[in-house]
Amino acid sequence: MTGPSKAFDEMSADGIIRGPYAEIARWLAAIPREALQRRSREAELLFKRIGITFAVYGEGGDPERLIPFDIIPRILARAEWEALSRGLVQRVRALNLFLLDVYGAQEILRAGRIPAALVRDNEAFRPEMKGFVPPGGVYTHIAGIDVVRTGANDFWVLEDNCRTPSGVSYMLEGREAMLRLFPELCGAHRILPVGHYPEELLETLKSVAPPNCRGVPRVVILTPGSYNSAYYEHCFLADEMGVEVVEGPDLFVEEDVVFMRTTTGPRRVDVIYRRIDDDYLDPRVFRPESVLGVPGLMAAYKAGNVALANAPGAGIADDKAVYPYVPEMIRFYLGEEPLLQNVPTYLCERDEDRAYVLAHLDKLVVKLTKGSGGYGMLVGPHSTAGERAEFAARIKAKPADYIAQPTLALSTVPTLTETGIAPRHVDLRPFVLCGKEVRIVPGGLTRVALREGSLVVNSSQGGGTKDTWVLEDDPADIPAPQAVQGQAQC
Amino acid sequence: MLSRTADSLYWLGRYIERAGNNARGLQVALRMASLMRGVEQRSNAWRALLIASGCEPGFRAKALEPTPEAIVRYLAADLENPSSILSCIEAARRNARAVRTALTVDMWEAVNETWSEARRTTTATFAPDNLPAFLDWVKSRTVLFNGAYADTMLRDEAWRFVRLGTMLERADNTARVLDVHHHAIADTEGDGAVAYVQWQAILRSVSALRAYHWVYHARLEPRRIAELLILRPELPRSMIACYARIEETLEGLAVSHGGRRGECHRLAGEMHARLRFGRIADIMAGGLHDFLTATIDRNVELGRQIQDFYLQA
Repeated sequence: MTGPSKAFDEMSADGIIRGPYAEIARWLAAIPREALQRRSREAELLFKRIGITFAVYGEGGDPERLIPFDIIPRILARAEWEALSRGLVQRVRALNLFLLDVYGAQEILRAGRIPAALVRDNEAFRPEMKGFVPPGGVYTHIAGIDVVRTGANDFWVLEDNCRTPSGVSYMLEGREAMLRLFPELCGAHRILPVGHYPEELLETLKSVAPPNCRGVPRVVILTPGSYNSAYYEHCFLADEMGVEVVEGPDLFVEEDVVFMRTTTGPRRVDVIYRRIDDDYLDPRVFRPESVLGVPGLMAAYKAGNVALANAPGAGIADDKAVYPYVPEMIRFYLGEEPLLQNVPTYLCERDEDRAYVLAHLDKLVVKLTKGSGGYGMLVGPHSTAGERAEFAARIKAKPADYIAQPTLALSTVPTLTETGIAPRHVDLRPFVLCGKEVRIVPGGLTRVALREGSLVVNSSQGGGTKDTWVLEDDPADIPAPQAVQGQAQC
Repeated sequence: MLSRTADSLYWLGRYIERAGNNARGLQVALRMASLMRGVEQRSNAWRALLIASGCEPGFRAKALEPTPEAIVRYLAADLENPSSILSCIEAARRNARAVRTALTVDMWEAVNETWSEARRTTTATFAPDNLPAFLDWVKSRTVLFNGAYADTMLRDEAWRFVRLGTMLERADNTARVLDVHHHAIADTEGDGAVAYVQWQAILRSVSALRAYHWVYHARLEPRRIAELLILRPELPRSMIACYARIEETLEGLAVSHGGRRGECHRLAGEMHARLRFGRIADIMAGGLHDFLTATIDRNVELGRQIQDFYLQA
C-alpha cells in the first residue's frame, strides 16, 4: 500500500507523459541541473526577503523559519480540476448545512443518520451557538479541504478544515515566485490565475455583513499576534485586502457594538475574519483567562451587530470523529451522492473498529482526533515495533482520542532534491469561500513530503510547498522519450 | 490608523534613536576617560553617561561595582536594561514586526538586518578593542534607518508617528546630555582643561563639534555651546530643531484628522514658542539646570499626552 514504487506519479506512468506535464517534461529534459539548483536558491532568497516565514517559538533555533519551496510545479488539467471543484463545492455546502442543522433543529441526529452523542458530547460542539443563525446562515466561510490522490481519477478527502485553515499566502506567494523566476515556462502554459483570491475573500466577508450594518461593511482580521505561526499570513491578507489586522486589545465592545481603537477615536467594526480559536474569542463566554479575545464579542455577535468568520462552533463539522459521516451529510441534506470519496476510517472507540486497528497497526495511519499539524501521528508501515506498542497502549487507554485509516499511496510529483529530480508524495489544500455564493480560485496549496518515501506533508514535519497550476485546457498525453523518463525518475 | 499601530511606529522611532544616542554617548565617554588624568575624573565621566542615558537607577539596583567595563556592558549589551543598545534594537525590531505592513521594505530590512546582526554579538564584541567598531556600526545602522524612512515612506500618518518618536527621543537626549554637564557650562571657575574636555564631550554627544565651528568660527565657549544645543534651529539635534518638528508633525496629524487636537498639541506649541523666542542670556540668568530639568519634565509630560491622545485611545 505504500512506498513511491507503487504510488501514482502525476507526471509519467507506463511509458507516457501525462498531458498536463508534457511541457514541463520537455523543459526538465532541456534545463541543466545546475541551472535548476541555482533557481531554487534564488527562490529561497526571494522568500527570505519577502519574509514569508512560519514562526515556531519555543523549539530553539531560528524562531522564524522558511517553508521550503520546490520550484517544479504540480499541474492539473482543466477537466481534473472541474471534477474536483464540483466535489469540493458539494462538500462545503453540506458541511454548512450540517452546522446550521446541529445548532438548530438537529434533524440529522433525530433521523439517526449521525449518532447524537458524537455531536452533543463533542468538545468542538458549542452549546452557546444553539438556536443562533449567523448572518447568511453560513458557518464556515473559509474552508480548507485536504485532498490526496492515488490514481488518475481517484481523489480522496483526507480532512476538512472548517475553523481557521491557513496556507493560502503560500499559494499566492508561490505563484508570484514562479512568475518571477520562470516567465517563459509560465508563458508556455495557459495557467488559470489565483491572484484574485484576496478580492474574492473580501467580497465573501462583505457579503455576510450582519443585519445591523449600515453602509459599506468595515472588515478586519483578528490575529492572536506576532508570535502566532501564521502571523505573516494574517498581515499579508490584510495588506492585500486593504483592511486592518487587529489584536484583541485593539477592539472593545460598547452596548453590544464592536469598535476598534484608532488614532482618530473609536471606529465601528462590522465583519471580523478571526484567526484565533473559539476558546479565546471572548473571555466572558469561553476561557475566562484569555487575553487574546474581546470581552463582550459574543453578545455583539448575537445582537446582530457584528459577523464572525468563521462562526464559533464550526469545528464540530471538521472533527475527525465526525468526518466519517460527511458522505451521509451530503446524502441527507442535498439528496446527492458524494462526488469525492472519504477515506475509510476506523473509530477506535467502537469495539469492532478498535480490535481491527490493534490487529493491523503496521498497515494503518493512526491519528489523534484532536490533533493537527502531523503531531501525535503513527504511520504504520514506517513505524517500529516499539512505536506500535506505545500507540496500542495509548489507544487502549483513551480509545475515543484515536482514529485510524488505511495508509494511502499518495500520488507523487517530480521534485528537486539534493541528488536530482525525484518523485515525492504530495497532497492538496484548495480553499473554498462561502458567503452569499461559493467561490474557489483554481488551485490551492500543494504540500510535498521532501523526505524520500515520507507520507507526512506538514510543514512542522519537514514538508515543503509547490505552486499548483490549473491549466485552461486539457493537453493530450505524449509518449515518454527515454531520456526524459530516466531523468524524471533518477 | 489603529492606535496600536501608531504606538508601535512611535516606539520604533524612539528605540532606534535611543540606540544611536547610546552609541554616541559611549563613544564620547570612552574618549573622555582616555583624556582625563585623575581616577575620579574618569569615573565621573562614566557616571555622567549613566545619568544622561537615564540608566543610573537601574544600574544601581543591580548593585554592580561602577567599573568602566560594567557600565559599558550595562549600556551596550545588558538585556535587563531596557535602554541598552541591544535592548533598543530588540524592541525596535519587535515593534517593526508588529506593524510590518505599515513599513516600507527598506525600513524593514534596515531594522531586520540590524537585529539579526545584533543577535550574533558575543562578549568579545564589547571588549575594549572591539567596542569602537561596534559603536560605529550602531550609529551607521541608525543613520541607515533614518534615511530609509525619510526616503521611502509616504508622508502619511505612519511617517508622522515614526518621526514623532524620533524627535521626542532626540529632544530628550539633547536636554539630558546638556544637563548632566551643566556645571561645566555654568561654572566659570574650576579646572579649565577638564572643562574643555567636557565641552568637547557635550558637542560630540550630539555630533555637533564641527557644527559649532561652522556656526561660530570661534573657540569653544560654554554659553555658545548652550545656545547651539538649545536655540539654534540649524543644528538638527538642537532642542528647538526637534521641537519645531514635533509641533509640525503633531499639527500635520491634526490637519489630516479634520482638526482634532488635544493637550499634546498645545503643550508642543508652547514649548516650541518658548525656544523660538527665548534668549540664552535669560536662560543662563534663570539657571541652566533649572531650565533643563523643567524641559525634561515637560518632555515626559508631552510623551504622556501623546500616549493618551493617540496611542492608547
